[in-house]
Amino acid sequence: MLELRKDIFADERDDNLKEIGKGTQRQDMLGHVTGTSTYFDDHKLQGMLHLKVLRSPHAHARLRRVDTMEAERSPGVRRIIRGADVPVNLNTLLSLINFGKDDEPSLAVDKVRYKGEPIVAIVADSPREAYEAIAKVRVDYEPLPAVFDVEEALKPGAPVVNDVYPKNTFVYHDVYDHQKLRFGDVERGFAEADHVLEQRYQMSPIEHAPTETNGSIAAPDTNGRYVVYTSTQALFFSLDTCAKILDVPSNTFHFIGGTVGGGFGGKVDTLTEPLAILGAMLTGRPVRYQLGREEEMQFGSPRGAERIYIKDGVMRDGRIVARKIRAYFDSGAYTRLSSYAVVKCVAHLPGPYTIPNVHGDVYCVFTNRTPATAMRGFGVTAMDFALECQMDKLAHLVGMDPMEFRILNAYRDGDMKAHRREAKNTALIECVQVAAEKAKWPLREEVKRMSSRKDGGGSRAAISPTPLEPALQRAAVSQQRTTYDRAPAAAAVQPPPSAPTPPAPPPRPPASSPSHGATRFSSVFGTRRR
Amino acid sequence: MAKHRGRGIASINYPIGMNLGGDPSQALVHSNPSGKFTVSLSSIDLGQGMKSVTRQICAETLGVPVEDVYVDTADSDTGPHCMGSFASRGTHRVGNAVMAAAKEARGVMMEAAAEELEVNAADLDTDGRGNIHVKGAPHRSISTKDVAIAAQFKQGRTISGRGIFLVPLSEVNPETGEMSPATCYAHACLVAEVEVDDETGEVAMVRMDSAYELGRALNPRLVEQQLVGGAWMGVSHALFETPEPYYPDPAHGPRDFVEYLMPGPGDICPHDIAVLERPAADGPFGAKGPGEMCANPVLPAVANAIFNAVGVRMDELPITPEKVLRAIKAQGGARPQARR
Repeated sequence: MLELRKDIFADERDDNLKEIGKGTQRQDMLGHVTGTSTYFDDHKLQGMLHLKVLRSPHAHARLRRVDTMEAERSPGVRRIIRGADVPVNLNTLLSLINFGKDDEPSLAVDKVRYKGEPIVAIVADSPREAYEAIAKVRVDYEPLPAVFDVEEALKPGAPVVNDVYPKNTFVYHDVYDHQKLRFGDVERGFAEADHVLEQRYQMSPIEHAPTETNGSIAAPDTNGRYVVYTSTQALFFSLDTCAKILDVPSNTFHFIGGTVGGGFGGKVDTLTEPLAILGAMLTGRPVRYQLGREEEMQFGSPRGAERIYIKDGVMRDGRIVARKIRAYFDSGAYTRLSSYAVVKCVAHLPGPYTIPNVHGDVYCVFTNRTPATAMRGFGVTAMDFALECQMDKLAHLVGMDPMEFRILNAYRDGDMKAHRREAKNTALIECVQVAAEKAKWPLREEVKRMSSRKDGGGSRAAISPTPLEPALQRAAVSQQRTTYDRAPAAAAVQPPPSAPTPPAPPPRPPASSPSHGATRFSSVFGTRRR
Repeated sequence: MAKHRGRGIASINYPIGMNLGGDPSQALVHSNPSGKFTVSLSSIDLGQGMKSVTRQICAETLGVPVEDVYVDTADSDTGPHCMGSFASRGTHRVGNAVMAAAKEARGVMMEAAAEELEVNAADLDTDGRGNIHVKGAPHRSISTKDVAIAAQFKQGRTISGRGIFLVPLSEVNPETGEMSPATCYAHACLVAEVEVDDETGEVAMVRMDSAYELGRALNPRLVEQQLVGGAWMGVSHALFETPEPYYPDPAHGPRDFVEYLMPGPGDICPHDIAVLERPAADGPFGAKGPGEMCANPVLPAVANAIFNAVGVRMDELPITPEKVLRAIKAQGGARPQARR
């Protein structure tokens, strides 16, 4: 049951609109309820082939030898794809916005870094024949020590998960193994506090569990183009990722999405499109690649685990005066999107509360497990769990009602947030008041009268003197170019490859040369204030 | 051995759009000669209702009935660039792009109508039912269909518009973390009531009461669908789900829905929701976005309710019966806290 509380913030709205605010029936309702909405997998094309991948049984191993001789002779096999067949085998998703280094192969070449990592793709007449051929691939593995715990991975001598990041952490601003947040002086805050409480929280990975697993169908189109039916959540994100991996101009592809059978963040990684298209390029036939349920659940990238330590200083009257947080995001074997979530998490600290001293260190750590990715509430869900459990404990510690404790500490319009921007348009206090009303949770009259629009700012807008550690000097800027800057003028005049032979990978730009793209997109590497 | 009830709360906020911005979306709007409009997007409707919300935004901005607008999505040949459907950015980013495109199209439509009615375009208004009339003189009017016919076949005008919305990319200070992460935030508070069985460690949901502030509920029924579904995802995250039950030990991973448990129909409880609307200065009609944040308060609210019920702190997710039972045993039995 949903109740619209039009009485609250009424003076900030014009409610006399014609279409906005109406519960109009959704445009696609008829298709959904009659089962006629089309999903990517409804595009069964004539002559369609099926792609399946051989996945590593080891969490960490060197590939001594991969023998596909017998698999090639297996019935129904049309093409076997190896890492060397992928034009730009190494990629990182956020190279599209110039964040991070290419660290993940489409097909493993020298090593596998998580159980389930794809090594060989086989295109066959049927899924069954593809699986039968996969069973005939002989791989000589040399198992390597693996690391699964984020804090173990940071210890000296821990196995190196991903050679691109030899310290097992993503690198921020070219020098730091974590993203910092420094606002005021937490140590002084702890010294002044009546109580200090330090706690540890842990969230395990979580699977998106979409009804429809990740998948796509790619087919040669007229004029050397390829049409791609996909379940992606981000059409151009996937299209541009494929253009980079397959080293062709982006207008080679006609991507068609549409109805998605559940996303929740798990259909951004472009897990199937590059190999499906490459399969179509190499065979000249439509190719379908869809993950099975076990693949989706174990190897299709989950919400990553997070470990969080929170230390708070609180006064007897309930004011939180210092909050120090250390958190580890378990990225699995490759970066994907966890590096981005770390910065988002830092921006979220210390939660929707005004605390004068805040200190945060958040790490993106590599371990030998399935790479993690985005999921609903990315970068925030686990931190909110930790923060709000902690808030409950603090309220208990000082003997306050947990609702009133939150209202007392809630941020208000005009307050300074820990990322040094003024809080505006806040509404936490009103949400707590209304939830209390709904739940028949008694609040004192003076607490009921508090408002997000009153008593903020002033001393609450101040930034306390902030001690900083000596800054590490950055080496020469070494980011790669963005995918959008990848020589578009030269590429545009070349026709897309019509022959099934993929072009050789282009020479990579020298690592030390700062590029036009680095300047334009160096979002997290500078200090310019917006 | 007994069942104990407890209540817990959590309050949260959530940023709208990709952190730091730099995530553009574009939209194109055009009319056919019958005055029916198409919105062309490459954006994806994941089932959350992107098509419906942008349709309402377009209709409201153009001043035409919602039936006269159709939203076409998810085609890279016809839809202009969009960063994607994630980060609670659909309503805010794509909605703003559609609004900008619809404003431009409305401008042309009003010019075309002005030429037909031989008045100044500034003196015209739409009635939202498919007519354009002179302000204060509703009898001097023309239908949007006749305007579209005149624009196409007589005046040679395209009733169309382009829109883009981009929050400029923010830098991040390496030493302090200073940054501009988002332009607006949604808010929520949720009260969860649970019943904990101290013999089995099982936690049953009894009810949820919540308040969500999300700028403006552009379509309250779609908002309700998001909030109800999202809260259940939160319950599932709190009590059931993980592909690594012994994390960080990766063993015993579930492979299908028999092994990967989620709440079923029998686990559902009443959820009473209030929606607050404090418009965002840069949201389309003030809207923020309910998408992701609705699941977040549930996890800690459930953990806090378990403490209230039996006195154990559950700091590791998911809160399975095994963990609850071990915690109760470790403290020598259930210790119900003050009922609230």
